[in-house]
Amino acid sequence: MDRFLFLTFGGLSTGAVYAAFALALVLIWRAARVVNFAQGAMAVATAYVGYAVASATGSYWVGLGAAVLAGLLLGALVERVLMRFVGHANPLNEVIVALGLVLLIQAVLGMVFGNGYRPAAAPFDTDALTLGGVAALSPYDLWVLGAVLVVVVLLALLFTRTPIGLRMRAAAFAPEVSRLLGVDVSRMLTLGWALAAAVGALAGMLVVPTGLGLHPHAMDLVFVVAFTAAVVGGLDSPAGAVVGGLLVGLILSYVTGYLGPDTTPLAVLVLLLAVLLVRPGGLFSSARARHV
Amino acid sequence: MTATRPSARSGVDRPAGPSPLRRLLPGAPAAAGPRGSTLLRHLAGAVLAGTLVVLLTNQLAPYQNLQVARVCAFLCVTAGYTVLVGLNGQLSLGHGALMATGAYTVALVQRAFDERGVQGRWILPLSLLAALAATALAGLVIGLAAARLRGPYLAGVTLAVATLVPAISTIFTGVFNGEQGLRFPAETPPAVLGAYFQPERWLAWIALLAALLTVLLLANLVRSRFGRSLRAVRDDEVAARLAGIHVARTQVLAFVVSAGCAGLGGGVYAVLTATVAPGKFPLELSLFLLMAIVIGGLGSLAGAVWGAVLLVALQDLPSLLTETFSLPSGLAQRLEGNLALAVFGLILIVVMLAAPGGLHGAARTLVARLRTRRRAPEH
Amino acid sequence: MRPTTRRILAAATGLALLAAVPACADDAKQAAENVPGVTDTEIVIGTHQPLTGPAAPGYSKISAATKAYFEHVNSKGGVNGRKIVYKVMDDGYNPANTENVVRKLVLDDKVFALLGGLGTPTHTNVLEFVKTQKVPDLFVSSGSRNWNQPDKYPTTFGWQPDYTVEGKILATWVKQQFPGAKVCHFGQNDDFGRDSLAGVEKVLGAVAAKQTYTTTNQQVGPAIGALKAAGCQVVISASIPGFTALAMGQAAGQGFRAQWVVSNVGADYTTLSNQLGDKKVILEGMVADNYLPMVGDTANPWIQEFTKIHQKYNAANPIDGNAIYGYSMAYTFVQALLAAGKDPTREKLVEAVQKGGFRGPGLTPFRYSADVHAGYSGVRLNKVQNGAQAYFGPTYTTDDGDAAVTEFTEAPATPPADAIPTT
Repeated sequence: MDRFLFLTFGGLSTGAVYAAFALALVLIWRAARVVNFAQGAMAVATAYVGYAVASATGSYWVGLGAAVLAGLLLGALVERVLMRFVGHANPLNEVIVALGLVLLIQAVLGMVFGNGYRPAAAPFDTDALTLGGVAALSPYDLWVLGAVLVVVVLLALLFTRTPIGLRMRAAAFAPEVSRLLGVDVSRMLTLGWALAAAVGALAGMLVVPTGLGLHPHAMDLVFVVAFTAAVVGGLDSPAGAVVGGLLVGLILSYVTGYLGPDTTPLAVLVLLLAVLLVRPGGLFSSARARHV
Repeated sequence: MTATRPSARSGVDRPAGPSPLRRLLPGAPAAAGPRGSTLLRHLAGAVLAGTLVVLLTNQLAPYQNLQVARVCAFLCVTAGYTVLVGLNGQLSLGHGALMATGAYTVALVQRAFDERGVQGRWILPLSLLAALAATALAGLVIGLAAARLRGPYLAGVTLAVATLVPAISTIFTGVFNGEQGLRFPAETPPAVLGAYFQPERWLAWIALLAALLTVLLLANLVRSRFGRSLRAVRDDEVAARLAGIHVARTQVLAFVVSAGCAGLGGGVYAVLTATVAPGKFPLELSLFLLMAIVIGGLGSLAGAVWGAVLLVALQDLPSLLTETFSLPSGLAQRLEGNLALAVFGLILIVVMLAAPGGLHGAARTLVARLRTRRRAPEH
Repeated sequence: MRPTTRRILAAATGLALLAAVPACADDAKQAAENVPGVTDTEIVIGTHQPLTGPAAPGYSKISAATKAYFEHVNSKGGVNGRKIVYKVMDDGYNPANTENVVRKLVLDDKVFALLGGLGTPTHTNVLEFVKTQKVPDLFVSSGSRNWNQPDKYPTTFGWQPDYTVEGKILATWVKQQFPGAKVCHFGQNDDFGRDSLAGVEKVLGAVAAKQTYTTTNQQVGPAIGALKAAGCQVVISASIPGFTALAMGQAAGQGFRAQWVVSNVGADYTTLSNQLGDKKVILEGMVADNYLPMVGDTANPWIQEFTKIHQKYNAANPIDGNAIYGYSMAYTFVQALLAAGKDPTREKLVEAVQKGGFRGPGLTPFRYSADVHAGYSGVRLNKVQNGAQAYFGPTYTTDDGDAAVTEFTEAPATPPADAIPTT
């Protein structure tokens, strides 16, 4: 039982990060109908900015702010300079441009900062608090969980309570009608990318201290897992991303703990098939499943 | 489930000719009349291309011949892949893992004979056929699941498949020998060709033959009624169904054909070095395959050729760049490797922005512009 | 359809056969060419290294040092008047790329020998090719026992002590210092972890608990939790630096206090403390092993010489265990090249290494002979104290079989002038 609790806590803390990252993917999907394969590389780039600022100013919080700001700018830049000009003849072209961006970003980071690991300090203690003899969550894990929760609530408020959020949703779901109603659809698209990249930047800052450290490939694995989480939850649903992220985090923790570290890719596939064969649009798909 | 038996068999039979597959196609096969000439045209093209490449291999040094061989091995994969993604509209990100399936099948079959002391020229084609069959079967399983899924959801499942190779090879270490992989007897040129015949040239010929057969078969397939069904399903599933096309069966068959080609390509790829290892089939390979077919020109076999060339160029770009520029050591170290990746990333972005139809699309537009008076080529 | 297919086959084969005839003469001429890669002024050798990709951190600095050492040697006139050209190819730690670049080096660039190809999964896949091409394949950068198979791979040689030798010696020390303690093993789920565990169990018998990790899964928490639950007092770890840091960080986070005893491969203090940053205090007390001078030992004459070379030719990189590794391996290569004589051939080079007898920066002799192609025969333990990693206790030697672990008392060699071997 102790082992189960221990693995549950571990799964929750990693799952929270996957949730944040999956959320970023969902935001772009909702805004632009694109799975942003460059999300991981963009988040790493902003994390480099964040940690450079943090070490220059001596404050993690200034660094975090800088990373999120860099995320906003990078997201807007990628949309304005690149994605906007990708032909829509074929939806895969955007995926390929994103993959090209991954290579470019990782290579440039390697050239500028070197391919080595850089230490990434956590703003809180990473030693776990014990709960009835079981190593449970550390203060840092609590911060991660709290930060993700706050972002989810803020995004929910933004989309349901503010005019700009409503305009973004309208632009994404019915661009033609929105345009007729005077919504600047193209600006909403840029805003969607910026917002998603900012959430991605936050996720990057949260995940880096828990892994091997900051390096150009720091998010490669995280991206794959977060994509899985987003798909499991349903790409249209922010709530689905959070549930999917936590679910994937828990399952990976249990599988690693009980079956060994090698079996996780198999477990991920089984989870995906189990969910998608029953609900082809993910757990939280609102639209009717397509029948074939 | 009705599709299971026949389509698995079709994978085995395929190299003998496309006819067994066509017999199973949705609807009755079209009359042989006009198709016959298409076949002859393709055949002539294949013989011509094959002859040219063979003549070329005689002029090349060993390493260049290996490059030709790798292009041919990748061509088997990209040709089948572009049919699935480009013509049928199903996005798979797991073709690297399908290549691995073929590669491991070749290794296991060849080792099984080797351990029993059985030798013979027929083992190579047999092992490649087994690779094709085993991978087509894997494709059937994935295809059955895929037929229910669309767009990013299918991408998610196949992406998970792409990450499986290291896990499977470690879990079943007894069979696959973990991360070290398997080695099997290297393919050597027959004695008839002379004692000093370049072994790499022989490898290039094997790969060339596999690629020509694959492309020939696919070229006929896409011009057939099945090819039209593939496109119809891609363009509008509802309309296709109304037109009497069995959508799910078409999709599953497309996956089987595409997987078979990937298995053959993976098998040939393994034969070139007589090794397999999980590290040779990472997630990046699957993503690079996708880039190759899109940059080459999605849905066209000529684009698949471009893509295969690009994949080999990508593998060789780093060493080329390292040698071309001799830089001061501090800077050189940062650029080494990274520069090649940056260049490739830029190429991807620029090609996609400048030529949304890929290299083949760009070439076609160029040709069309050069002879504006002629009507636009095909379809 | 069938006859048509057969027709193409026949046509293609016929054409190919015809076309093949004129090419034969060329091939025969190529085969007769002698001593690839060696001219009167140059010796070209090559290697494959992970300069990019996930294995690049740390390991990409080894070849930089090796290259710097050869620049140093070349500036003093080279070896027997020949300058050494070291072609470093990036393989990104992907075996498919390794196979390509090694074929390019051997077939296209016609290198004389390979030196220090890095990694077990990568290099394993080129062994057969290297053998058929009869290329000397010196000093593979990995402690796998695969390189020590002279019957199967007569031109391949290891250099660093193999993981079993290391495991035996670490376990011997643990047995002396912690009699009766619960000793556990944490290892990578491949030959590295398995060979190490085999060595440990040769000395200690079955360990109390063993856990593995895989490089594609950074969740080491569950494994560390299991070791904690098993009540381990000593953990012997066969892990690469990134995972040493992760595992020890997890252990600290879970309040799991045990003595960590880490394989040399994953225990370079400079690398680990760079990765851990402010958390590097958890490394205090970590025991590891090494067989080369420690980079922090500034009084050591080898370190002084290597530092001079480093500052002149490799200043862009930090001087750490990886750099010392690169310098020392390059030193051994120059020794081997000198031993191969004024007009080296591939056969002479292999014979020279088999003859062995090289002493240089390393603490122990090599095991090289006609029957053994394994490198250093032993290690000495070191410990992190007050932010510095330093040797303590005796140097031990052993083999990867059943030989006893014995103390080695011979004093280390002193460097020749400019740290360039003369014989």
